[in-house]
Amino acid sequence: MDTDRLFNKSNPFAAIPAWSWIIGLLLILYPSFASDFFTYQIGAYSLLLGTVALSLMMLAGYGGMVSLAQLTVAGLAGYLMAILGDNSVGVMGLGWPWWLAVIVSVFAAAIFSAFIGAISVRTEGIYTIMITLAIAVAFFYFVRQNYTLFNGFTGFAGVEPPTLFGIYWRDPVPFYYLSLAVATGFVGAVLNASRSTFGLSLMAIRDNPRRMRALGYNVAAHRIAAYFMSGIIAGTAGVLLVWFNGRISPGTVGVDVVIDILVIAVVGGLRHPIGPFLGAIAFVLLENFAIDLIDRERFNTVIGLAFLLVVIFSPDGILGLWKRLRPKLRLGKSVPSAAAGTTPTDSHVSESVKEV
Amino acid sequence: MPATDALSRLQSAGLYALELEAVNRHFGALVALADINLTVRSGERRAVLGSNGAGKTTLFNAITGDFPPTTGRVRFFGEDVTDLPTYERVRRGLRRTYQISQLFGGLSVIDNIYLACRGVTRRRYSLKRPALDDTSMQAAETLLEAVHLESSRDVLVAELSYGRQRQLEIALALAGAPRLILLDEPAAGLSPAERGELIEILGSLPEHIGYIIIEHDMDVALRVAQSVTMMHNGRIFKEGTPEEIENDPEVQELYLGIGHGHG
Ligand SMILES: Nc1ncnc2c1ncn2[C@@H]1O[C@H](COP(=O)(O)OP(=O)(O)OP(=O)(O)O)[C@@H](O)[C@H]1O
Ligand SMILES: [Mg+2]
Repeated sequence: MDTDRLFNKSNPFAAIPAWSWIIGLLLILYPSFASDFFTYQIGAYSLLLGTVALSLMMLAGYGGMVSLAQLTVAGLAGYLMAILGDNSVGVMGLGWPWWLAVIVSVFAAAIFSAFIGAISVRTEGIYTIMITLAIAVAFFYFVRQNYTLFNGFTGFAGVEPPTLFGIYWRDPVPFYYLSLAVATGFVGAVLNASRSTFGLSLMAIRDNPRRMRALGYNVAAHRIAAYFMSGIIAGTAGVLLVWFNGRISPGTVGVDVVIDILVIAVVGGLRHPIGPFLGAIAFVLLENFAIDLIDRERFNTVIGLAFLLVVIFSPDGILGLWKRLRPKLRLGKSVPSAAAGTTPTDSHVSESVKEV
Repeated sequence: MPATDALSRLQSAGLYALELEAVNRHFGALVALADINLTVRSGERRAVLGSNGAGKTTLFNAITGDFPPTTGRVRFFGEDVTDLPTYERVRRGLRRTYQISQLFGGLSVIDNIYLACRGVTRRRYSLKRPALDDTSMQAAETLLEAVHLESSRDVLVAELSYGRQRQLEIALALAGAPRLILLDEPAAGLSPAERGELIEILGSLPEHIGYIIIEHDMDVALRVAQSVTMMHNGRIFKEGTPEEIENDPEVQELYLGIGHGHG
């Protein structure tokens, strides 16, 4: 069944299940019934956090590489936008045209990600997590202490998206659609790549790197290429995030936020590119409304508890819950899951830690 | 590069598929391979015999680079490959199977074989879906038939029976254009019928493809090999034709002494 999908040469849209058309329609109509707050603070923000988490899902789900530095990569792109483009704090702000700043920022983020990959590809499992966490922490302290380039503790403010086609892109509705377009584009790209030769080889490397070497694959180079691609995704999300906030500072790339991305990806589910977005929506809703019920300080406790519950009761996250509940709700007969064609394995991330 | 070295390379090119020169492999204090000198002609079919722990698998690992030699040189068709990573050796035509199957359990049988065919071509980084008329895909389908796995084409490898996993293990080593295949106990645990199939597959390989087969079962080894290398305690103990080895009193003593407890 997997390979039927995999090698199906016919209309690619035929593989898109009906429910995703419905969700697509809902996402497009969303701003027409949601308030500005819900469109921007909940909708767009979820899409952007989800996109950063998607870059992690791609590495971890397909490649078995759990990198904690994805937000750091996004953060670098955000910082570069403030440095290369315009900001209001009077430090750096080279005034490059927005499109050039975007291209260079995203590309630099991808290179940075590939560099992180190059450092960590020879490690497995927990060691990858530790190395990438160390890089994330180092980046946080570096930008906090560096005033000439990154303006230290204060960071940057006044980073604006361009006004294009007469639209001010930071208005809630246009920004929502911009985020939606970027997120959808990357989900499609990741899905497509997962069915490609490269995607297949990445999953095979996750299952058994040693055998892949014995088949002629340069495993390290493949992994670095995956890091590069995930860096493009994270970098693009980073550009949008700095436009979203209008500002960036060390706090944006702090360890707590770095961990949040991991939580979002794992809670959402690492088996399908949709997972990270489910996780992001849950996270953003909790972040905004949990404080109505509990103290702000307890928020991390709630997130931690939610994380624990999901990991214990549904190792495949919200996505896994949905898959398990659906037959019981009689919503579908045979449950041909959307994840089937992309991550055709029962192995969890931890199982990629195989050494012979 | 010294002239003599280049000369000897020229002389050996095309003549020897494999030359091992004073190869040693240590694991800590353990000497798993001691001063191995071995030459295998192009197209030669060789069996490696030896008791458990003799160093046979370690020998394969040294040749492929899975665990490179501690000292010594490995030449593949005249080229010194000692310092090359495994995948570079594979791209030059070296293949292997593993004693314990090393497959991609999360992928289907055809995807496993497709990756093997694709691994030794370009476009490994292609972001396109493999099309049915793709050359590697077609090679994979052909190979699938050659190892009699058509009926399991789309089955997840993790769900495959042991015997079929062993067949797939061999298919992966036949992909591309192999020049020398290292087979690590491919017959172990197979039923007599499956053994027969294996012997048939090996027999039907084109003449220019050589192999080295590790095999505990003397009878199988002697049927599929032209020459035999006998290992003991990390050293080469005897080399010769199957008849010579079979009738060698020392070998008989060693093999009978250790007992037929391997097969
Ligand atoms: N990776 C390793 N680390 C440490 N010791 C090893 C390693 N691989 C092999 N050895 C040791 O080297 C020696 C030779 O092992 P090897 O696997 O080559 O034997 P073998 O001839 O293949 O035996 P068998 O018939 O059991 O497969 C053994 O003592 C083994 O314990
Ligand atoms: Mg062995």
